[in-house]
Amino acid sequence: MSTSLPNTPQIAGSFFARDHSRHPPSYAPGYKSSVLRAPKQTLVSFDSTLSERTGPAFGHNMIGELDNDLIVNYARPGEAAIGQRILVHGQILDENARPVPNVLVEYWQANAGGRYRHKKESYLAAVDPNFGGFGRSITDENGYYWFKTVKPGAYPWPNGVNDWRPAHIHFSVFGTGFVQRLITQMYFEGDPMIDICPIVNTISDKEAIKQLIAPLDMGNTIPMDMRAYKFDIVLRGRRSTYFENRPEGN
Amino acid sequence: MVNTINYLKETPSQTAGPYVHIGMVPNFCDITGVIAEDLGKAMIGDGTKGERITITGRVLDGAGNPVNDCVVEIWQADANGIYNSPAEHRSGADENFAGWGRCPADKDGVFRFDTIKPGQVPGPNGAPMAPHVSLWIVARGINIGLLTRMYFSDEAEANAKDPILARVRPSGREHTLIGKREGDTVTFDIRLQGEEETVFLDA
Ligand SMILES: [Fe+2]
Repeated sequence: MSTSLPNTPQIAGSFFARDHSRHPPSYAPGYKSSVLRAPKQTLVSFDSTLSERTGPAFGHNMIGELDNDLIVNYARPGEAAIGQRILVHGQILDENARPVPNVLVEYWQANAGGRYRHKKESYLAAVDPNFGGFGRSITDENGYYWFKTVKPGAYPWPNGVNDWRPAHIHFSVFGTGFVQRLITQMYFEGDPMIDICPIVNTISDKEAIKQLIAPLDMGNTIPMDMRAYKFDIVLRGRRSTYFENRPEGN
Repeated sequence: MVNTINYLKETPSQTAGPYVHIGMVPNFCDITGVIAEDLGKAMIGDGTKGERITITGRVLDGAGNPVNDCVVEIWQADANGIYNSPAEHRSGADENFAGWGRCPADKDGVFRFDTIKPGQVPGPNGAPMAPHVSLWIVARGINIGLLTRMYFSDEAEANAKDPILARVRPSGREHTLIGKREGDTVTFDIRLQGEEETVFLDA
């Protein structure tokens, strides 16, 4: 469709106010690392300016053929990462329920045994020589992304005496405005470790936590190959600017 | 029955964790061969227009310890104050300047961006804002990414008229948003907590 409606917004609108009640507070003593890293002063709030409404864009040509295949993108030729093969897919949307196309999604995770490939990692689970744990995608015209990986393992971490992370995948997502930037974690439906995780429980709103749990998606399973999990991510929505006649900045 | 408004809710944030490098700067943490170069490492090239500057500083926690496992992202306008972004409605952005960079802190909590000084960007009602860059900090222990701005100490006149700094001024914390310029280097320490806590923004 090449028609342009007369009231199509020309200026990227400012963002809906962030609903902080659904996010973790900066200071969450159940997660001990936050104690010295949490700002204690209130945030200074203002309606976003052009500096916040704009953000970087990345081209599809930046993405390599194996960037979204963690099973082989670090593996030796002809080999593959060990673990349960899964497909993770979903859509990036905004709070207006509109797909967000052409944005960068980065993801990282532990291997099937729960060990990260990182010099600070000391868990005794084995390193998988064929697993790096990093991948990335740019969403298609409908906001979809997908990648192949192995299901990460749960792992213990020094917080309480006996705290474990549920199996999870970290996500970093760009929107079209810099203040849509979001880092979060995806959990797996049915994992009993979710309810007892101090990092999950930095979020006090139980309904909000559900938004981080990816359901098993049998409809997108690849028969005889891999199961699928669906994880949609919602970024902050923009107010429309239909009635804004003032050409900002001119 | 009233009509239904089908708004969605933003996905909650979770900490980037201690292994954020794997996902955001894999080569920095020795995951090589997946991507050629970490994203956002180089901001300028020969063709980039504008005055070359280096923005550097330390990220410190509430006890004054370096936050040596954080990642800092920067977003800024080009030398003419135009953003290289699909969401920018003004044309003419410098095609040799993306305006975005990403830097993992080193063992001393130090980040560094070799970039150009941005021009003035129009703010609310079209009045110019003082030159500034936006910064976003994520790390283990940071539950939701922290947004701040850095302004320039050599722009006192423009800073005095800036609408965002005006909002901060009554708190007496304006100085935490001013990078100190000496020669081509602008130093900007970010204190997550404590007496000189940096002003963080919600916009
Ligand atoms: Fe993790």
